[in-house]
Amino acid sequence: MSSGNGYKVIGTRPIRHDGVDKVTGRAVYGGDTRLPGLLYGQVLRSPHAHAHIKSIDTAKAVALPGVKAVLTGADLPEAGDTIVDLGEGPARLKYMSDNVLATDKVLYSGHPVAAVCATSVHIAEEALDLIEVEYEVLESVLNVREAMQEGAPQLHADMTTQEFGEDTGKTSNLATHFQHKLGDPDQAFASADVVIEREFQTATVHQGYIEPHNATAMWNSDGQITIWTSTQGSFTARAQTGAVLDVPVSKIKVVPQEIGGGFGGKIPIYLEPIAALLSKASGQPVKLIMTRPAVFESTGPTPGSYVKIKMGANKDGKIVAADAYIAFESGAYPGGLVGAAAMCVFSCYDIADGLIDCYDVVLNKPRSFAYRAPGSTQVAFATEHVVDLLAAELGIDPLEFRLKNSATTGTRRIDGVVYPKMGCKEVMEAIRDSDHYKSAAPSGSNQGRGISVGYWFNVGLQSACTASVNSDGTVSLTEGSTDIGGSRTSIAMQFAETLGLTAEDVKPQVVDTDSIGHTDVTGGSRVTYATGWAAYKAALDVQEQLCARAAQLWEIEADQVKFEDGTFSSGDKSYTFKELAGHLDETGGPVIGRATVNPDSGVGGSFAANIADVEVDPETGKVQVLRFTVIQDAGRAIHPSYVEGQMQGGSAQGIGWALNEEYYYSDNGHLDNSSYLDYRIPTCLDLPMIETIIVEVPNPGHPYGVRGVGEANIAPPPAAMANAIGNAVGVRPQELPMKPGRIVAALATGG
Amino acid sequence: MSKAHVQTTINGEQTEFLCEPRQSLLEVLRETLGFTGTKEGCNDGNCGACSVTVDGVLIDSCLMLAVEADGVEIGTVEGLATPESLHPLQQKFLEHAALQCGICTPGFLVASKALLDHNPDPSEYEVRHWLAGNLCRCTGYDKIVRAVLDAAQEVRASA
Repeated sequence: MSSGNGYKVIGTRPIRHDGVDKVTGRAVYGGDTRLPGLLYGQVLRSPHAHAHIKSIDTAKAVALPGVKAVLTGADLPEAGDTIVDLGEGPARLKYMSDNVLATDKVLYSGHPVAAVCATSVHIAEEALDLIEVEYEVLESVLNVREAMQEGAPQLHADMTTQEFGEDTGKTSNLATHFQHKLGDPDQAFASADVVIEREFQTATVHQGYIEPHNATAMWNSDGQITIWTSTQGSFTARAQTGAVLDVPVSKIKVVPQEIGGGFGGKIPIYLEPIAALLSKASGQPVKLIMTRPAVFESTGPTPGSYVKIKMGANKDGKIVAADAYIAFESGAYPGGLVGAAAMCVFSCYDIADGLIDCYDVVLNKPRSFAYRAPGSTQVAFATEHVVDLLAAELGIDPLEFRLKNSATTGTRRIDGVVYPKMGCKEVMEAIRDSDHYKSAAPSGSNQGRGISVGYWFNVGLQSACTASVNSDGTVSLTEGSTDIGGSRTSIAMQFAETLGLTAEDVKPQVVDTDSIGHTDVTGGSRVTYATGWAAYKAALDVQEQLCARAAQLWEIEADQVKFEDGTFSSGDKSYTFKELAGHLDETGGPVIGRATVNPDSGVGGSFAANIADVEVDPETGKVQVLRFTVIQDAGRAIHPSYVEGQMQGGSAQGIGWALNEEYYYSDNGHLDNSSYLDYRIPTCLDLPMIETIIVEVPNPGHPYGVRGVGEANIAPPPAAMANAIGNAVGVRPQELPMKPGRIVAALATGG
Repeated sequence: MSKAHVQTTINGEQTEFLCEPRQSLLEVLRETLGFTGTKEGCNDGNCGACSVTVDGVLIDSCLMLAVEADGVEIGTVEGLATPESLHPLQQKFLEHAALQCGICTPGFLVASKALLDHNPDPSEYEVRHWLAGNLCRCTGYDKIVRAVLDAAQEVRASA
């Protein structure tokens, strides 16, 4: 099978290497970890959104038969004023530590305050009921704009606003205020023929992975700690756990088990230090699995936002100026995602003058974390709405308007970045050329079509691979990127392509932190890109070593050996890879290829687009998706089925974000919908087939042209849905989710 | 708490176990008997990751007490394949790339098997309606629905 792209493996669709284990139930996920003498842990969580902890009395819990250990925040090492950078920028260790187990204050409903381990999970649950916590309940604040106001309840007495890189010394829930500015936006707006400004709000939403967080730990008497967990980054989990426990990373081995979804939400740690300390106290291994309500109340979510967008254009259809005001919830601790939002807000357009004004705000919700293209969806919802309005005001087709203003290679974004070769325009052109767009828009009553585009970066960061050549000509490939969606195979395919092997000849495995070089998180659309690059380099290392082995057998110099199409040759002598692999023992022994990468240049971003056809029921406000297409630039699609899968999955999440999903808090800050019944993610009955179009504008910064495809696809759906709803019923919602009640209300008031 | 003695059949094999009355079938399958192919996603009957069949009826094993399993026949994901080959549903899930993280996959496979036992020729709508109790957050369901329709065709052709 060949893909027709000049490659033999890249572009084909082999069965994934871990597939049989996953369809037979044999794959071991974090929660499946079983060890001799295993104890079960549970975590007590605050019922209050904001309170001082006056006292915690654990005596009755400790006395319950079967209970082996009880912990509170006082059992964590004192974090002091230490600042750590563990992959998400500099942060106060105390914030990370307090989020694992609160000490003086709880800052959200669901904030962990104590933990227990016992011989059964039920005894551990009973013990939680016996822990007596005395709280002094404080007023809470749950809305980003209210939290910024003077007089709002203050979460952190010692947090002062950082403004434009300077400490203002002013205590406030506003953690950070920063701006990006390009050109002279005031003058550009003054010259514009049309200016449109709108404000938008989006609800707090959760990543919604089906597997709850879990951690199993064994703290041995020699001080060595082993942690089995579901994580997007075993080395990051090790570093974070080490920091919270004040233990050197070399004392910790993280064994990444199979992971049941993450989408950014399984980068931070929650249970790992608790499991470790419970194990230390009990002398036995301890497993914790979060309850589903705890997953919603205490992990993730991605920020709710308030965004204001102003854009100006000339009569000839050129966007001349753009301003954005972006306020993001950071949750209980600072360091949220508004920085990424700032880089995405106008990322699809070539705009010479603009201002992006950003606010990172703490409030009484769980600390927000990455969710697939973090920050991009909120701002794409806003920008793509205003772009459609501008096109309408100018009487230009919305796709033509986007094409006319598309960012392209060399465009300078308002935040200063100059684009390397990228495929924004190609993605827009693929909308135009698609069967879906060329078909007539649905014309029944209350039906409409909308389009939108969105963007996400690739990050580089560190990856490592080793490759051991087996005597039968196969290769065992070892890597450290935890595999959430088939990345073992996309990495193995790049290795196979480089050495002229088949995908099946390569046996990839994800190993623990003692068995491979540092590998950063599975996130930032980086795994197929960066770990794939490491695999490519490891393959070149194998190739070089095998050339030397062939030279040895032929008694010539290594540089006289040629490698092409999986064959080593010199003159009329040749060995296939498999043949040569059979001669290792007589030419010096095993061959192990190795490579590490930390790419910092030529990292390519990916653009995605949607075409959405919808029908709105004006009586109930329910929005039905009639037809949906997702288009994305993959650079080079290594395994097209899994590229399509990423595009379809991001689309489904985006549609859920658009229509249903939100954190619904009562006035006292309690999360009222912490179950899948009430926090409703799309079911298969809610969605149509999701059509995919893969665009390939190869990334010149990668040996095979790869662009990460995991994320950009979630940015456009809410905007495409809003634009479709607007075209269907004449009311274009400015708040997410566009739930039935909100649609009915909007229709009643005309907006 | 005193334990109850339960005799049951799992994937055709007679089995007995002791359990507390408060333990769910899911907990006993996973923690006592080692059938960890059945997954816990929510433990409150909303995600379908713990789908099993009891006397041929599709249920969420987190919502059934283990003591209720006395005298019934339980089917789990571990019982789908034979030593010789995967079930056509398993094979089609692989060929269609109908799984990403794979945590929901055992539940989808058990639910899909129950569908095909009940209706060997389902329409796309019938597949979507039947599987609406199984949540997947990775795939957008497209490839799952295609895999089930394709497997149904194969099962019919070989019947």
